[in-house]
Amino acid sequence: MSAPERFLERLTLRRTDDPSWVAARRQAGAARFEAMGFPTRRDEAWKYTDVRRIAEGDFALATDAGFDAARFEAQRLDIDAYRLVLVDGVFSEALSELEGLPDGVQVEPLSRALSANHEAVGGALGRLAGVDFSPFTALNTAFADEGVVVRLAPGAVVDKPIYVLLLSRANGQAVMSHPRVLIEAGARSEATVIEHYSGEAEAANFTNVVTEVLLDRGAIVDHYKLQEAALTDLHVASIHVDQSRDSRFNSYNLNLGGALVRTDLVTDLNGEGAEAAYNGLFFVQGRQHVDNHTLVNHNSPRTFSNENYKGVLDDRSHGVFNGKVFVKKDAQQIEAYQNNANLLLSDRAEIDTKPELVIYADDVKCSHGATTGQLDEDAVYALRSRGIDEPMARALLTLAFVGEVMDKVRLNVIAERVERAVAGRLPERFNLADLVETAEAVQEA
Amino acid sequence: MLEVKDLHVTVEDKAILNGLNLTINAGEVHAIMGPNGAGKSTLSAVIAGKDGYEVTQGTILFEGQDIFEMEIEERARAGLLLGFQYPIEIPGVKNIYLLKAALNAQRAARGEGEIPAPEFMKLVREKSAEMKMDPSFLQRAVNEGFSGGEKKRNEILQMLVLQPKLAMLDEIDSGLDIDAMKVVASGVNSLRSADRAILLVTHYQRLLNHIEPDRVHVLVDGRIVKSGDKELALELEARGYDWVLEESAA
Ligand SMILES: Nc1ncnc2c1ncn2[C@@H]1O[C@H](COP(=O)(O)OP(=O)(O)OP(=O)(O)O)[C@@H](O)[C@H]1O
Ligand SMILES: [Mg+2]
Repeated sequence: MSAPERFLERLTLRRTDDPSWVAARRQAGAARFEAMGFPTRRDEAWKYTDVRRIAEGDFALATDAGFDAARFEAQRLDIDAYRLVLVDGVFSEALSELEGLPDGVQVEPLSRALSANHEAVGGALGRLAGVDFSPFTALNTAFADEGVVVRLAPGAVVDKPIYVLLLSRANGQAVMSHPRVLIEAGARSEATVIEHYSGEAEAANFTNVVTEVLLDRGAIVDHYKLQEAALTDLHVASIHVDQSRDSRFNSYNLNLGGALVRTDLVTDLNGEGAEAAYNGLFFVQGRQHVDNHTLVNHNSPRTFSNENYKGVLDDRSHGVFNGKVFVKKDAQQIEAYQNNANLLLSDRAEIDTKPELVIYADDVKCSHGATTGQLDEDAVYALRSRGIDEPMARALLTLAFVGEVMDKVRLNVIAERVERAVAGRLPERFNLADLVETAEAVQEA
Repeated sequence: MLEVKDLHVTVEDKAILNGLNLTINAGEVHAIMGPNGAGKSTLSAVIAGKDGYEVTQGTILFEGQDIFEMEIEERARAGLLLGFQYPIEIPGVKNIYLLKAALNAQRAARGEGEIPAPEFMKLVREKSAEMKMDPSFLQRAVNEGFSGGEKKRNEILQMLVLQPKLAMLDEIDSGLDIDAMKVVASGVNSLRSADRAILLVTHYQRLLNHIEPDRVHVLVDGRIVKSGDKELALELEARGYDWVLEESAA
C-alpha cells in the first residue's frame, strides 16, 4: 500500500453524516491527494524540506479531547480572550471559554458550525485553499471535520483576542489532525486571532492545518501563529488570505517549537489600499527544521506589503525562508518591502534563504534582501567589559537582533513569551519582565 | 590597589609593553601620557582583560589578586572598569538594559539581590542628569547614532552607575567640546574618593586642569620612563616628549 493510500484508509473510520457538498469536497481532496502523493525534494517548493518523517509515519485519529488540567494551565497564554481549544484536533468544550461574544461575532468549532447551518459556511470554506495548492491542503480537505469558524459582521470590533489553542498530546499511538480555520471578516470589522500550537513535551503527532482568512473592505485582522509544540511534533500549515479594498492583514508568524514545521503564507491583495504586513520570527535549536514559504500577490494597483522575517538558528537546526512578492501586470503604485535576516548561533546550523521579486509593472517601490551573520564578538566583549557574563551578553544581543520584529508584536503576553524563549540561556536571575517594565517606566516618565 | 610589575605584552609577536611598572593606591588619580603608539591603550586594555594580547612576563595585582586569573567580566564586577577610547555601537541593546544587567551582575557578585526597579530608575535618572544626558538616551541603543561626545559621556554614565574601584579612562577627552569636557570632568571627579582610584590616559594637559592628578607618568616604547606630580604634565605640554626621551636614553 502506498503512503497516500495508508493515510486515506483512516478516512473510512470517520463518521459519515456530512452534508453532501462536504462529502463531495472530501472525495475531491482525497482523490487529489492520492494523485499527487507526498511531495519530495524534487519538487521546487519542497527542495529543502524532506517530509518522509510524515509520509512514513503511522498516525491514527484522536477520538477524545482529554488534557491534563494543570498542564493546560501552564501552557495556555495568560490572556483575557475568547478561547477555543482543540486537543489533537478534537474540540474541547471543557477547556474552551466562548461566553459573552459581542453581537455580530461568531466563534465556533467547525463541527458545530457545519451541523447548525452548513450552508452558511459552504460558500467560504475552501474558496481560498483549493485542493491543488499542495498535497497537504488536499489531505486536509479530505479529513477536516473540526476547526474554528470566526465570522465578523460588518463593523464588528472584537474587544478581546480570539484565542485558538491547539494542543498535542504525547500519545502512545501518534495521531494526526487536520484542523481547518476559517476567518470571515466583514467590512470594517476588526479582530485579533491567535493560533497557538502547544502541547505535551514528548508529543510526536502530525498536525496539518489550513487557515483561510477573507477580509472585506476596510477590515483589519491581526493573525498570530505561535508555534510552541514539542520538539518532536510534526506540523504543516498553510494560511490563505484574500484582501479587499483598504483592508489590513498583519501576520505574526512566531515559530519556536516543532521538529519539522512548514508554513505557507499566501496573501492576495485584491483591492486598492489593501495592506499586508508579514512579521516572522523563527528560533530553532537541536535538530529542528523550520520552513517558511511566503507569497504576496499584488493583484491590484495601490497595494502595499511589508515583510520582515528574522531567524535565529542554534545547534544543528535548519531554517528555510522562501519569500516571493509578485506584482501583477499593470498593478501600479505598489510598495513592497521584504527582508530576511538570520543569526547563526552555531557553526552547524544551516539556513537556505531566497527572497524573490517578480514584477510586471513599472510604478513600483520595492526592496528586498537577505542577510545571514553571527553575533558581533566586539559587542559581546563590550558587554562583558561591564561585568555582564557571556551567556547574558549573548542573550541580550540575540534579543536585540529580534527586537525589530518583536517591537511590532502588540500582544505583550506573546512578545514576552517569545523573548524569553529566544533569550532562554539567560541565568535565572535575569529578569526580562523586570527589564521590560523598567524600559516602559522610563518611557512614561 | 593596582600593582603592575615588569609587564611584557606582545601582539602578534610584536613587543608592545616592555617591562612596565606601575603602582596605584586607593584615593589616587594617575595620568598616563606619551606619544602615539607608545602602548597606553594596550596597558589599559590588558588590565581590563581584552583578548588578543599575549602577556609574556610580569604580573598585575588588583587588591592583591592576580587578575590574569580573572575573566574580563569578573574584573569588571570586582570594580575594574575601562572607558574606551572608541566606544562601540551595540545596535538594539538599549542603554538601560546594559546598565541594569551590568549593575545586577555586580550586585550578584557581592551576594546582593537585584536592584528594585524604582531604585534603579532613580539612580539612572540622577546620573544621566549629572552627565547632562536627556533621559531619552536611556531608551536608545548603546551608542547607536550617538555623536562622538555623546559616546564619551555615555561611558562616564556607565561609570557613575557602576561606581568602579578603579576607573580607567582612555582618552576620554578626545572629541569633546569645552562644555562637554567640563561635564565629563565633573563626572569623573565625582568618582574620586579615598577608597577609589582613577587612571587617565590623555594627550592633553587641558583635561588635567579639570581633573587634577596625583601622579603623572610618561609612557614611551612600552615602558614608563618618567613619573612626577601634576607639574610634569605642564612641563610636557610646554616642552614635548623629546627631552624625556633624551633623559631616559642617557
Ligand atoms: N591588535 C593589534 N595588532 C597589531 N598591532 C597593535 C594592536 N594593538 C596595538 N598595536 C600596536 O601597538 C602599539 C601600541 O598601541 P596603543 O594603541 O597601545 O598605543 P597608544 O599609546 O594608545 O597610542 P595613541 O596615543 O595613538 O592612542 C602601536 O604600534 C599599535 O599599532
Ligand atoms: Mg590609545
